[in-house]
Amino acid sequence: MSLIQMHNLRKDFTVRVKAGRFRREKRIVPAVNGVNLTFERGEMAGYIGPNGAGKSTTLKMLTGVLTPSSGDVRVCGLQPVPQRTKLALQIGVVFGQRSQLWWDLPLRDSFSLLRHIYRVPADAHAGRLKRCRELLDLDDFMDTPVRQLSLGQRMRGELTAALLHGPSVLFLDEPTIGLDVVSKQAVRSFLAELGQGGDLTLVLTTHDLADIERLCRRLVVIDHGSVVHDGTIEALHARYGSHRRLVVDLDVPLPEGFAVPGAELLSVEADRHRATFELVTTQVGAVVSELTALRDLSVVEPDIEDVVAKLYRA
Amino acid sequence: MDGLDARVRWISAGGWVRNSVTTFGALSWSGFRRYSTYRQATIAGAFTNTVFGFLRCYVLLAVVAGAGGSAPGGYRPDQLATFVWVGQGLLTVVALWGWTELSDRIRSGDITADLLRPVHPVIGFLAPDLGRAGHAMLFRFLPPLAVGALFFDLYVPGRPCTIPLFALSILFATVGSLAIRYLVNATAYWLHDARGPMTLWTLSSGVLAGLSFPLRFLPDWLAITLWIATPFPGLLQTPLDVLIERDPPPRQLALVALQAVWATSLLVLAVLVQRRAERRLVAHCG
Repeated sequence: MSLIQMHNLRKDFTVRVKAGRFRREKRIVPAVNGVNLTFERGEMAGYIGPNGAGKSTTLKMLTGVLTPSSGDVRVCGLQPVPQRTKLALQIGVVFGQRSQLWWDLPLRDSFSLLRHIYRVPADAHAGRLKRCRELLDLDDFMDTPVRQLSLGQRMRGELTAALLHGPSVLFLDEPTIGLDVVSKQAVRSFLAELGQGGDLTLVLTTHDLADIERLCRRLVVIDHGSVVHDGTIEALHARYGSHRRLVVDLDVPLPEGFAVPGAELLSVEADRHRATFELVTTQVGAVVSELTALRDLSVVEPDIEDVVAKLYRA
Repeated sequence: MDGLDARVRWISAGGWVRNSVTTFGALSWSGFRRYSTYRQATIAGAFTNTVFGFLRCYVLLAVVAGAGGSAPGGYRPDQLATFVWVGQGLLTVVALWGWTELSDRIRSGDITADLLRPVHPVIGFLAPDLGRAGHAMLFRFLPPLAVGALFFDLYVPGRPCTIPLFALSILFATVGSLAIRYLVNATAYWLHDARGPMTLWTLSSGVLAGLSFPLRFLPDWLAITLWIATPFPGLLQTPLDVLIERDPPPRQLALVALQAVWATSLLVLAVLVQRRAERRLVAHCG
């Protein structure tokens, strides 16, 4: 049985808009509009979409914070809203823009308090904390009050806090938002290592597509509350016709009218000494074999950001 | 990833009651720890309470002097001085004012993190508040009382039942106060900003809880109505009257029992309001 199931999940918000000097009209805004998705145990899935697409709303319904307007949702076999307290023991949640730690207490005290809140056996808690301390380099700031931690340090603390009770599902809502390059890499490496265990189901929402490329095989794209893509990143590229590009530097100018079947000439620069081809149906070799006086070449993989931008605009 | 294995048992063995008590105790201790980190604020607060203690004490003793030998509200001068100085200490223990944590968290959306814990939000705020009250008993209640004892004749209770009843009364006052503060703060679920209800609460609680003047100064019918129909006297006036033995033992006991009824009812109401709020909750800010 799937660990997370959503069937026709819907959430409408009521917005009151001014409709005259003294009159206001009710308007129903569908934030999530009939989403059907399932996630299996051990799956790592990216959940992306433009601002206001319904990502965080979905996550809040999955964690029991928001009541769905209609539809059915099950996480770990539980109904999130009525069984929220039970569910809390089985899920971990990290919101990039929220903190589940205690602002005034040192990280060590926050972790200890979480042990009691989640009623984790002391040995299991110690084992998990030790592992997180090693992987996330927590030791330098374990005794620092949370309010004095940098964003990167706090995020490492948040990840640890979400995992200390051994959840089956980890929901991450923009976990790398605002982090510097080094902290982002640390968080991604940690999550990648977690995923390798195969037990933890990870659902990640983000605007940073590098997170998805690094961590997730499956990509779900949501827009205006509906799922517009559910599959691998490669499938997304195929669907939106994004192809690899070949950039060649030549010793002599590219001849006028140069063409190779299956390759589209995108641009020529530097007095026709540099050319860029999109490899639509052919391979690098086919283009290179037609060129004379080739000095250098590079192959550029399709950029997921371009594809997703196309998708959002569509 | 051993050590982070999801199959590891997450619930401790042991009875539900023992686990609940342990969790409640840990949360309370966290409340104590949180407030103990702000030492300068604690010292400044205790000093302010002491200064206002002198002002209030002299005003009330002037009332006694002006009463021409009668005991206003049935209080002797030493009972009134004790009323003021213990009241100055209790003010921060029951934390009548200044608590906006819940409404701030609702407004910012941080309440989401509280809802994701396996502890009911009311308990999640009540337990740390009791820890905070414990910290206030040590560092905000005792210093003003010690200063008051140096400069004024204070009343020493003579009945053996008074001190245990006073301790119980403080507990119910703190629980009742948290429940009311929770309800006032929870208006932010609907209003998004609880400043209006908070101002109303600040203005009314000082007068109706007996901080501005002892409620026994009011006509009997009004004082009794306030006591029975509102939870306010139970927040400050009742513990103070219990300590200075203003009433005979059966009435002391009845007043504490009334406090218990109010505290329990308010807590239940806070749970119901929270449940209602969660149905229409819109977690803000992403």
